Amino acid sequence: MSAGSIPSGNQIKDPGYPTASENYLTNSKGPWTWLFTLDHKRIGVMYLIGVMTAFFAAGLLALLIRLHLFRPEGAVFTGPEANNWYNQVFTLHGAIMVFLFIIPSIPAALGNFLVPVMLGAKDVAFPRLNLSSFYLWVFGALFFVGALMASGLDTGWTFYTPYSTSTDSSVILATSGAFILGFSSIFTGLNFIVTINTMRPPGMTWFRMPLFLWATYATSIIQVLATPVLGITLLLLIAERVMHIGIFDPEFNGDPVTFQHFFWFYSHPAVYIMILPAFGVISDLISVHSHKRIFGYRFIAYSSIAIALLGFLVWGHHMFTAGMGPMTTIIFSALTFTVSVPSAIKVFNWLATMYKGSISLTTPMCFALAFIFLFTIGGLTGLHLGTLATDMHLHDTYFVVAHFHYVMVGGTLVSFLGALFHWWPKMFGKMYSEFGGRLAAVIIFLGFNLTFLPQFVLGSRGMPRRYATYDPEFQTLHQVSTAGTLLLLVGLLVALYVLVRSLIKGERAPANPWGGATLEWHCTSPPPFYNFDRPPAVGDPYDFSDIFWDTENERYVTVEPDREIAPTETPEPAHAESTN
Amino acid sequence: MSTIEAAAENAHDDHGHDHDHPSFLAHHFDTPEQQFDSGKLGIWLFLVTEILFFSGMFCAYAIFRMLRPDVFEGCSQFLNTKLGAINTGVLLFSSLTMAWSVRCSQVQQNRGLVGMLAATICCAMIFLGVKAIEYSHKWEMGLLPAGLYFYDPANPHPESHTNYLFYICLPFMILLGGVVAWLIASLVTRNTFHLKCAMPLSVAAACFFVGIGLGMVLESGDSEHGSEVAATAELETEISLIANSDDIALERLAGDAANSGAKSELNARMQQLETAGSSIVQDGEEISGAIVSVEENVMTQRKAGVFFSIYYCMTGVHAIHILVGIGFLVWLLIRAVREDFNPQYFGPVDYVGLYWHLVDLIWIYLFPLLYLIR
Repeated sequence: MSAGSIPSGNQIKDPGYPTASENYLTNSKGPWTWLFTLDHKRIGVMYLIGVMTAFFAAGLLALLIRLHLFRPEGAVFTGPEANNWYNQVFTLHGAIMVFLFIIPSIPAALGNFLVPVMLGAKDVAFPRLNLSSFYLWVFGALFFVGALMASGLDTGWTFYTPYSTSTDSSVILATSGAFILGFSSIFTGLNFIVTINTMRPPGMTWFRMPLFLWATYATSIIQVLATPVLGITLLLLIAERVMHIGIFDPEFNGDPVTFQHFFWFYSHPAVYIMILPAFGVISDLISVHSHKRIFGYRFIAYSSIAIALLGFLVWGHHMFTAGMGPMTTIIFSALTFTVSVPSAIKVFNWLATMYKGSISLTTPMCFALAFIFLFTIGGLTGLHLGTLATDMHLHDTYFVVAHFHYVMVGGTLVSFLGALFHWWPKMFGKMYSEFGGRLAAVIIFLGFNLTFLPQFVLGSRGMPRRYATYDPEFQTLHQVSTAGTLLLLVGLLVALYVLVRSLIKGERAPANPWGGATLEWHCTSPPPFYNFDRPPAVGDPYDFSDIFWDTENERYVTVEPDREIAPTETPEPAHAESTN
Repeated sequence: MSTIEAAAENAHDDHGHDHDHPSFLAHHFDTPEQQFDSGKLGIWLFLVTEILFFSGMFCAYAIFRMLRPDVFEGCSQFLNTKLGAINTGVLLFSSLTMAWSVRCSQVQQNRGLVGMLAATICCAMIFLGVKAIEYSHKWEMGLLPAGLYFYDPANPHPESHTNYLFYICLPFMILLGGVVAWLIASLVTRNTFHLKCAMPLSVAAACFFVGIGLGMVLESGDSEHGSEVAATAELETEISLIANSDDIALERLAGDAANSGAKSELNARMQQLETAGSSIVQDGEEISGAIVSVEENVMTQRKAGVFFSIYYCMTGVHAIHILVGIGFLVWLLIRAVREDFNPQYFGPVDYVGLYWHLVDLIWIYLFPLLYLIR
């Protein structure tokens, strides 16, 4: 373990620093070497820039929503079109956040960077497919921008029929965008499944994989199995608008509830596309920053797969009030409860990992702790919504809004930030200000809770979601929520400042700043373009016994006992005469 | 791309294209086996996504067939079983030639590989030609998706202003012209490589028109038009026995189709009526006469339209997959002429083959579901 000095009589293993011609950021120059790169690390960085831009845009829309709700009659949008404006803003906030930010955030941006490095591989299995999924993401984003430029979108991110077949806003552009983004997501998932299956280095068995890889694998399964159904659903919706095929449109004998079934058959598993990678990140973060072996490795690994599979059976809980039979709703409700079991297994394992660990309260760890707190609230309130009787009361209220923001923002966004701070030194080779990072984590945690805790109360008192105006009795809580949004904004800006400043003024990062044992900490920071000279020796990803803090150079190093090098004299060929 | 090339130029040659790293092996794979296995797993996963992609439409088919079995029964009689059967045969044969071309690539029979790939493309083109006949015929009759539907049983063949068949054929004519021009150009310049590519491709492009001819012959061969009208007439009497004039329930359904409860109620009523109706017919003639007098036709926009929507969505998306498959096969054919494949590297042929078999298999399901089940 890390505390204390390096025991004498041992060899120190440290990869040192990359040269400029090895560093993947600098080994070739010019924009074209980035735009047409096949290097998974550069593609990951491009994704990172892309999803952060999308997050910024959708975050501004969220800010507009909250500012508008500062007054019961609406504070930002005025005039006769005020409500239409509000509808467009919340729709685009949801659609951009879901399709352009949360779904690709951890799997595509960080996954692209980390998966091959954690596997000790040179690249993902299909580098060209990888680049093309990035460009599909870009094209999908352009379609969304096009929808915004044309006549906006006011259907909500769910595109429910029959409204989406009759509204004048540009549903076709937005659904085409989502369709293209779906293929981006499918190809990324397919790539990761194949990479993890066929490119693990010798010695890395399934149960010696870092848990981030397990989570990525589970996520990829969902991406591959669920997203095509969204693809065909959106295609049928486009056909419905163009030719009135009468599958979803009641005007031509169609059934709008069929659309909801099709849509949620994708979009509920998609919720797990959003949260599963976060689980993987947190498993790694908790273990590394507690400097203690992860508790219950197999349970965490299996629970990821269990969540991925169970996630396909619970889509009906989004439609309890949409007119399904009583038996169906009961079955969906019961199945919904089963998903909470593997999620709870993870939370208990993380807590047990921290127990008696030596916790470094670094920035990533602060985010991880915030995640556990927020995700637990998000998960437990999910049970309220999965219960039929309470859902009848809470359906389509702010309670639902608060619940899924606790999971999506408190869960995925916070763990995305934690992962970003954790792997930032590895990605860009710079250390950031620890104080600034911790400050950002605390402000984000407070701002988030201030924003969304009041919404639970609002929802349970009957405030419906997606309304541009409300009764004056809700005003105080809405104002608290808006104030929280501003605080959250401050926290995010602090985080952004800390990260950007580190790029300019940050100290050079050592290969292993946190004391991690997974393979990415065995190559330099940032990694060379070829990742590893030769396939690295694979050990236990959570065995910290040979990692020590080097006080002199302020870094963690791997320590190996001195070994006798093989006999210096060349041995005589033992059976020279018997070899053919 | 450029990164890797730049990388290869860099100092670290020992981990770039080192020792026995053949040209077909990508830099990040260690062995040809690893590369082949990765590709194989990748294409199988892709096929899984394809199946799920189609599954949405199969679900839609199942739901609407359950809700309106009479509509599906009536409308499927408008699909020409003969043309469907010919197309099934053509696709099955193309699967044979595709499997054969995989074999050829494995044993490095390059001439055989080119021939078999060309045969597969020809079959695909014939399939599209026959499909073009089917589509254009239905469009002229107004058997279209619900929103565009204008079929009138009294006047099944209205005077058409647009020649749909011509518009479908137009891109293929341009294609044929282009390929033939390529063929002539390569003959003039005596470029053997281009000649070897252009020859099979011109034959394949011409095969589309073979398919058109085949479809025309088969369609006019028997009195297809007459039988269709007869089918309609037969259908109308049959349906008139089933349905009663429950206009109120129908209107309620029309007013609130989102209400699945009302829909299933109506459905149950119709089934009840069907049982009751048939028993009544056996009893007395005058009663059956009274029921026949109630006109109820499934060939309306709101009923048959949905069947044809599903028909066009399923066969249309399938046809798009055939087109994509043709693109891949042409790519393979050019690479085969270039002699890219060898026993260590035949992955692309294998993967496209798997894709092609899946497209074939989906048709094997579409044919009975749409054409045969009555």
